[in-house]
Amino acid sequence: MNVTEELRLKSKLPRGDRHRRVTSAAMTAFTAACTLFAVGVLLVILAYIAWQGIGSVSLRFLLDSPRPVGEGGGIGNAILGSIVLLLLSSSAGMPLGISVGVYLSEFGRGRFASLLRFVVDTLTGIPSIVTGVFVYTIVVLPLKHFSALAGGIALALIMIPIVARTTEEMIKLVPQSLREGALALGAPQWRVTLGVVIPAAASGIATGAMLAVARVSGETAPLLFTAFGSRFFSHYLDQPIASLTVQIYSYAISPYDEWHAQAWAATLVLMTLILGINIAVRFFTRKKF
Amino acid sequence: MSTRTSTAAHDKLKFVGRLRRALSPTGNAGDAIFRGLMFCAALLVLIVVGGMIIALALKSLPSIRQFGFSFLWSREWNPVKSEFGALPFIYGTVVSSLLALLISVPLSLGIAIFLVEQAPHYIARPITFLVELLAAIPSVVYGLWGIFVLAPFLRVHVEPPLAHWFGWAPLFQGPITGIGMLTGGIILAIMVTPIISSVVRDVLAAVPNSQREAALALGATKWETTRVVLINGAPGIAGAVMLGLGRALGETMAVTMVIGNRAEISASLFAPSYTIASAIANEFTEATQDLYLSALVELGLILFLVTFVVNGLARVLVWNVTRKSGAAA
Repeated sequence: MNVTEELRLKSKLPRGDRHRRVTSAAMTAFTAACTLFAVGVLLVILAYIAWQGIGSVSLRFLLDSPRPVGEGGGIGNAILGSIVLLLLSSSAGMPLGISVGVYLSEFGRGRFASLLRFVVDTLTGIPSIVTGVFVYTIVVLPLKHFSALAGGIALALIMIPIVARTTEEMIKLVPQSLREGALALGAPQWRVTLGVVIPAAASGIATGAMLAVARVSGETAPLLFTAFGSRFFSHYLDQPIASLTVQIYSYAISPYDEWHAQAWAATLVLMTLILGINIAVRFFTRKKF
Repeated sequence: MSTRTSTAAHDKLKFVGRLRRALSPTGNAGDAIFRGLMFCAALLVLIVVGGMIIALALKSLPSIRQFGFSFLWSREWNPVKSEFGALPFIYGTVVSSLLALLISVPLSLGIAIFLVEQAPHYIARPITFLVELLAAIPSVVYGLWGIFVLAPFLRVHVEPPLAHWFGWAPLFQGPITGIGMLTGGIILAIMVTPIISSVVRDVLAAVPNSQREAALALGATKWETTRVVLINGAPGIAGAVMLGLGRALGETMAVTMVIGNRAEISASLFAPSYTIASAIANEFTEATQDLYLSALVELGLILFLVTFVVNGLARVLVWNVTRKSGAAA
């Protein structure tokens, strides 16, 4: 057999080569199937919530407070409670989170800053139920009862690391030349940060804040023994307060079909809020990422 | 006497000077105030984390004194007799999380590889958004869906065939209810998949393109090229899996709603189980005696320490990979 014939035989794709191509194609199919599966699960869950929930949502359902089984009732107090809790937690969590983010991006050099960055990052991963236990020991026990305040603090603690990290990332995107320009004009560092850097990053920071609100509005575990829940309208900060998520939980584990239907309807309301925020954020940031 | 006061005054002056320079290298009063404020916020975060450890440790002291380390391996959890052992919860937490990883790691790797290595840009972007939406669904909503959709589905269509074909293994024996370890593990798998896949995506995207070009130039197929990329990103992928593990260990509501909440250790995946987080969620408001409450807080402390370590390790692994590439680029 001469050399040219040998080459000609080889170019006809020997068996080993075909095997490699088949494996490659099979793996491509597998990865596509994985992706399809995940997207499918998402769509199935969302469709099921819409299908189950849409029948029970009415204006009365959104405004009424819970009633005994068989008498209807609604989630008005839970919606109000969730709004109170979100306002409370945002008013503490956002300024603090943004400040931490500014510190990390503007002064974040040295050992203290890397420790802080590490702690903020790991804080994001602390189970929210542990935050609930912590707030129970430092707020609920001394005050001797469950309160909206305690719930707000628990949610704020969850919010801070999320807001801090997105703020840091967003401020890092501000071009250095902007800072240098302002400094060259004679502005002190604090004016540069407050007047130039933060406004330049404002939309990004707001995006992060909105995502933090979306994340926190779905939290249940830290509210179970801080805000506790209530079957009445309440806006007192030192009293237990209802929330959409805790309401969903207690209806879901109840034995009544009517309450199950209400749980699905409340879920539809909650998911509309959360998906609304996520899609809006996506829409406004689509040019940047 | 006079010399001593003068050195003290001198020291004080030096200290003030050092403090001022530390606060504001530029010597501007506004800078010092601004930096001080931001520093206080930063310090507060560290104080909260420190306070968390101290508060949880103090509150769990009665339980630690009473049971010592036997808390970790005692199987008895009986509030009526004031006997508290965490082993059933630790077992339930570990097994449900491992089950979740077993399902979600191949799934997440597949998704990340598809989105980074295979799919064209215009497909990858919207699908990335959809997969990440899975992470936006609250835990309690997964729980609701788990109770009314997933559990009945598993009870009718998945668990009977498993018991039929693999019934010889202790894993698939016992009564079929749809509520139990298997359902908990599957719900957890769905919940951690978007987290793992999004970190793996970042890690794969951080692998330099020269690696892919080199492999392709040597005649490697698409999959062989992907394997080169995977090997390059291995530490980061390990970090992503750890991150998913941390999330699975602490996940509360969804698991509580589908795992059955019984403090027993059973080899069967069909049997009800209990996790640390769901024990806290279920029993915290019922705990009237001090020792009971203390035992539950100790569970919280264990969960805190374990997730802190797991997350810390994960961050270090992921940082190393994504930072290196950032420096190279």
